[in-house]
Amino acid sequence: MEAKKLNLKLKIWRQKNSNSVGSFVDYDVQVSPDASFLEMLDELNNKLEANNQEPIVFESDCREGICGTCGLVINGHPHGPLPKIATCQLHMRNFKDGETIWVEPFRAKAFLVIKDLMVDRSGFDKILQAGGYISVNTGGAPDANSIPISKEAASEAFDAAACIGCGACVAACKNASAMLFVSAKISHLGLLPQGQPERYIRVQRMIKVMDELGFGSCTNTYACEAECPKGISVTNIARMNRDFVRAKFTSKMTEV
Amino acid sequence: MTKLDSKIPSGHISEKWTNHKFNMKLVNPANKRKYTIIVVGTGLAGASAAASFGELGYNVLAFTFHDSARRAHSIAAQGGINASKNYQNDGDSTLRLFYDTVKGGDFRAREANVYRLAEVSGNIIDQCVAQGVPFAREYGGLLDNRSFGGAQVSRTFYARGQTGQQLLLGAVSALNRQVDRGTVKLFTRREMLDVVIVDGQARGIVVRNLVTGEIEKYAAHAVVLATGGYSNVFFLSTNAMNCNATAIWRTHKRGAFFGNPCFTQIHPTCLPVHGESQSKLTLMSESLRNDGRVWVSKKKNDTRHPNDIPEDERDYYLERKYPSFGNLAPRDISSRAAKEVCDEGRGVNGGDAVYLDFSDAIKRLGKKVIEERYGNLFEIYETITGENPYEVPMKIYPAPHYTMGGLWVDYNLMSTVPGLFVIGEANFSDHGANRLGASALMQGLADGYFVIPYTMGDYLATYKPAAIKTDHPEFEKVAKDVKDLTNKLLSIKGNRTVDDLHKQLGRIMWDKVGMARSEQGLKEAIQEIRQLRDEFWKNVNVPGSGDDVNQTLERAGRLADYFELGELMAIDALHRNESCGGHFRVEYQYEDGEAKRDDENFSYVAAWEFKDVGNWELHKEPLVFEYVKPSVRSYK
Repeated sequence: MEAKKLNLKLKIWRQKNSNSVGSFVDYDVQVSPDASFLEMLDELNNKLEANNQEPIVFESDCREGICGTCGLVINGHPHGPLPKIATCQLHMRNFKDGETIWVEPFRAKAFLVIKDLMVDRSGFDKILQAGGYISVNTGGAPDANSIPISKEAASEAFDAAACIGCGACVAACKNASAMLFVSAKISHLGLLPQGQPERYIRVQRMIKVMDELGFGSCTNTYACEAECPKGISVTNIARMNRDFVRAKFTSKMTEV
Repeated sequence: MTKLDSKIPSGHISEKWTNHKFNMKLVNPANKRKYTIIVVGTGLAGASAAASFGELGYNVLAFTFHDSARRAHSIAAQGGINASKNYQNDGDSTLRLFYDTVKGGDFRAREANVYRLAEVSGNIIDQCVAQGVPFAREYGGLLDNRSFGGAQVSRTFYARGQTGQQLLLGAVSALNRQVDRGTVKLFTRREMLDVVIVDGQARGIVVRNLVTGEIEKYAAHAVVLATGGYSNVFFLSTNAMNCNATAIWRTHKRGAFFGNPCFTQIHPTCLPVHGESQSKLTLMSESLRNDGRVWVSKKKNDTRHPNDIPEDERDYYLERKYPSFGNLAPRDISSRAAKEVCDEGRGVNGGDAVYLDFSDAIKRLGKKVIEERYGNLFEIYETITGENPYEVPMKIYPAPHYTMGGLWVDYNLMSTVPGLFVIGEANFSDHGANRLGASALMQGLADGYFVIPYTMGDYLATYKPAAIKTDHPEFEKVAKDVKDLTNKLLSIKGNRTVDDLHKQLGRIMWDKVGMARSEQGLKEAIQEIRQLRDEFWKNVNVPGSGDDVNQTLERAGRLADYFELGELMAIDALHRNESCGGHFRVEYQYEDGEAKRDDENFSYVAAWEFKDVGNWELHKEPLVFEYVKPSVRSYK
């Protein structure tokens, strides 16, 4: 028993490559309310292909909201109008028959559009490669239960570690700041005893790379937290700032 | 006739790995940087291997088709990771984990490999905790465990319902650290399309740059494939959209044998199909079965609301059929039982779904406890289906999830092509005919952190680190093959889309090479797959060009490989005249419907050698059970 289909008008951003100018293109679609937003795009692409037209390029992978690959700005909201979900988890039952839907890529100075709705988020990895880890070689670990960690601390670290690296925070921010993403990793590692030895050098190195890549600064609008599919809290940014200031006062390293 | 040498070390099973580690050759620390190793795939197996090689001082080239190493599908694993730490004092041990895994695999795995897996399982947890993986903890600050599908001890470590994510972020952080140090060069958005073999040894790969379309060549002293499984041959599976078999399949066509291709796992707890536009199936962690009860109506075509079906009209069929394991019966058994009741017409509304009900657990433990345990899974369910599982039982149905089969490897994880190693789900090794819950993460990380760093050294130490270059004619030849294939796909310009053809293949695979297979069905499947393959090569349409991003082209290449792999899966299933684990042949069952294994004739690994499309030669690696006596796998 399939539910009645919705008729929708889509305005989708098409852009040949990072050097060309893009524009919105109109498409009319009919879709089951049980389908996901990306399944709607799959169906549209299948029709385009059947007519020998180039399909719309967008990225997705797990379609379970955990890999962080997908990311569209839908009606002005990264990952669409509902809170705490990734684009792939948005279902068409949340739209009304006859509605017009605007679909754009995640836009930011540091996220170049590669094609249509696909953007380059490699800056995130460059930041993580600048110290977003704990230095331990394979085989060098003590017994897992040798350091007790309170349930509270583990849980708080987990809340920060839940970040999926999708970039919605950057797309949501008027300054295209990556502070929520970076602070989530700083918090995850900084809240655990294992992360202490490198805590202050880590925060300095990661922030340096973040700045170099052209991500903006934080002006406390909290748009990032509101649009984050995992509900990562802005208190992580405060924690990062605290660590950064402390690092500047206490660190013996002048050059990072 | 056999060319297979499993290279299992001699000695008692508990000493094999220890002795082997001592007997293996070592590469001088100063020489390690002179060796280059290619690692394809950055999931748990690939990321952990690449990071460990980098730490040892090798020169590593790591490849992923994703935009970031962190996107690999290991990230979606929910439930947990097994380790025989025995922190719960409930009688777990290396021996017990070994025994459970061999039995769980229905006696179709290599004993020595499985023992090693159990042996290193504890080290994995130590390693992950040291990296900052936030596993669940008890109030005293020590690690928490839970029991998980098919185990009677609590040996599963977990991180909410996101264990795979946290383990992968740990492994990727180790990888990032090596990128930072310059030992690993990470190539993103590159899809491996072929392997280069020079003088019988794997010496490099050819990849397509998915942004520029360029065909690129990379050379090395050894190649490691960690490219995952092939469940997407079914079109609908729990795998991510881009998971594919291309790397292992094209390597198979260059000489690596394919082991047990018909051993596929159908996971019992996935969301049912909603309609034609369905793009993939969502897994609901098996951990839900710890507290959820599975049932259907006793009546056929019962369209009543589940909450209106009284207790005495419900059939808790797993508890009824398997009283000692109940809702925790292993995956293959639970999936088949669900299919059985749905085939009888007793599924939800007479269709393909069964209920997974938490009302008893909520009554017993309170909503808060259930929310703590499964909150995020319940949210996922509600987001997708629009129904609240605290109020209405979940609807679930089995879906293709994991492939135990894969490229054949010896004890050192090397394929039949020297210098070509295969780790994680991409190889066939440790799970036999059925994988137990929380064992995939264990195997991926065991292979990557604790096995291949040793066995790779032993291989590399056998020859001098001569310089390797991509200007060898063989590289040019393979690159040309790849370009020709790309051009061919682009030039057909037929009138069928890639997805239409893939859905049609998936239907054949699901109906005839899925949960219940028959001789007749398999023979039909082979014919139908061949016909559809011809149709594909005559009539597929791939718009656009090969010179920039072209996702249809990517999918078309993968589908071309599924048409060949699908046939081999059917051939393998047809030849295996027994039922074991995930492979169920309707002709081979006991009167009560349980799988009838044939140890006398089929206690071997079927390793297929590619001759030509549609033509393979079977090689057999006999399985010898010295420590676990094969028995009827009863969970009653």
